[in-house]
Amino acid sequence: MSRAGFIRLLIVAVAIVGLEVACHAGLIDPITIIPPSAMAAGAWKLLISGRYTEDILLTLGSVALAAALAVAGGFGLGYGLFRLPRLRRALDPLLASYYAVPTFIFYPLFIVLFGLNRLPLVAIGFVFAVVAMAINTLTGFERVPPVLRRTARALRLSEPAALVQITMPACAPYLFTGVKLVIAYSFIGVIAGEFVLSGSGIGHEIAFAYNNFDNPTMYGLMLLLIGFVSGLNMLLFAWERRFYRRRGLT
Amino acid sequence: MSVAAKGPHASLRGVTRVYPAVEDHPPVHALGPVDLDLRPGEFFSVVGPSGCGKSTLLDVLAGLAPVSAGSVAFEGRAVAGEVPEGIGVVFQEDASFPWLTVWDNAAFALRRAAVSESVVSERVDHALSFMGLAGFASAYPAQLSGGMRQRLCIARTLVTRPRLLLLDEPFGALDQQTRLLMGDELLRIWRETGATVLLITHALDEAAMLSDRVGVMSARPGLLIEIVETRWPRDRDSTIVSRPEFGEVTGRLWARLRGESLKALELTGVGRGGMEIVR
Repeated sequence: MSRAGFIRLLIVAVAIVGLEVACHAGLIDPITIIPPSAMAAGAWKLLISGRYTEDILLTLGSVALAAALAVAGGFGLGYGLFRLPRLRRALDPLLASYYAVPTFIFYPLFIVLFGLNRLPLVAIGFVFAVVAMAINTLTGFERVPPVLRRTARALRLSEPAALVQITMPACAPYLFTGVKLVIAYSFIGVIAGEFVLSGSGIGHEIAFAYNNFDNPTMYGLMLLLIGFVSGLNMLLFAWERRFYRRRGLT
Repeated sequence: MSVAAKGPHASLRGVTRVYPAVEDHPPVHALGPVDLDLRPGEFFSVVGPSGCGKSTLLDVLAGLAPVSAGSVAFEGRAVAGEVPEGIGVVFQEDASFPWLTVWDNAAFALRRAAVSESVVSERVDHALSFMGLAGFASAYPAQLSGGMRQRLCIARTLVTRPRLLLLDEPFGALDQQTRLLMGDELLRIWRETGATVLLITHALDEAAMLSDRVGVMSARPGLLIEIVETRWPRDRDSTIVSRPEFGEVTGRLWARLRGESLKALELTGVGRGGMEIVR
């Protein structure tokens, strides 16, 4: 393990132990926060009971669908803007101010459009994530060195072949960043949507447990969610590091 | 080589290239009219002041850029719209693919050409060993020096066995010693492959050392104002720079080029400010 990794782990461990000690010493009201050991026990119980399996699968399914649509749609939008510079110039101010708009306000509209089911939540996750992918795709395409495009022509590649075999691998670091943001934003969009607007999913169950002062369930679900998202993030981080090292970018 | 009736390997007839107006910028007459015949198997270099259209000349010959007037032919067939089979191009900038290993970089064009895997292996192994990269086959370009990456780009082009090799200042980013050594490598490739080579360079000594003939271009719009024959033996290398004739060739090139370089400086406005141009 690297020195930085060791320090990072140490900080997390100290925070957990500190919280554990503070809770047991009565410095923190158990109505507010329960000890991390109780959170872990609650999470384990929830996991093996199977009580929330359907909610977990619903949430993960919605996030996966929102992320897949955002990656595909964002890539298409970014590529379209790259190919149509006039359209890009026209849309630039809208893209730049996109994240100033609270997208959750569109939830009623999505219910009207898609009905009372999971699709409005998927739509929230999608609209929250899609522009991050589009902007990263556009930036990636713009940063491809012109000499690689000329090389594609010198090697007599057709336009689709050049796109798949040269342009996309060349801008892969930007696409990868876009995918990472899409996953994070899809989680935020779907969970936050469930939290305030849905009758199912992990977000809803966390909100339900909170409203009923059921701290072990609330913190257990939060821990499960954090564990899953952190695990996914670490996996992406490890893959990204390997990918960047290969290209001499680290 | 299938050059029709022993004619020129490639030719340009009245080739002109004008870049169209873009928004507030007026059209730019970059090149021509230029007439040039490349003889089969010769080493031809083009020198000229900065911005004179040397790279544009290479682009139109390769089919990477359209001509505004005139015609380009390679092995008797018109070049238009795309790079013909048989032409290989190496650029000044690093054009290696950072996501592929050295071996896969070199194999890239052959795999596209649906060549059998055994032929790919044979040609790639040979090209990498020829370019001194055999020990780096599984490395990535990021692990190579600038000179090695440029050799990799040359290897990637060589495996396709081009009959006409177009080189756009391929050693421009290298130091002088490495350039001389790379020049020796290039001469070896030229001798062993029998390809016709067109080299674009701004280095007079490089052009004088490597070439059978050197074309001198004027300031923009680029015209071929003189073609200097070096009369070097085919079996030559960088030691030629110590011969008295080398100085004569370089001197002749510079005598023709000096005035054009001054014109180019005036065109770009360099001579109007703090720098005094001595005529």
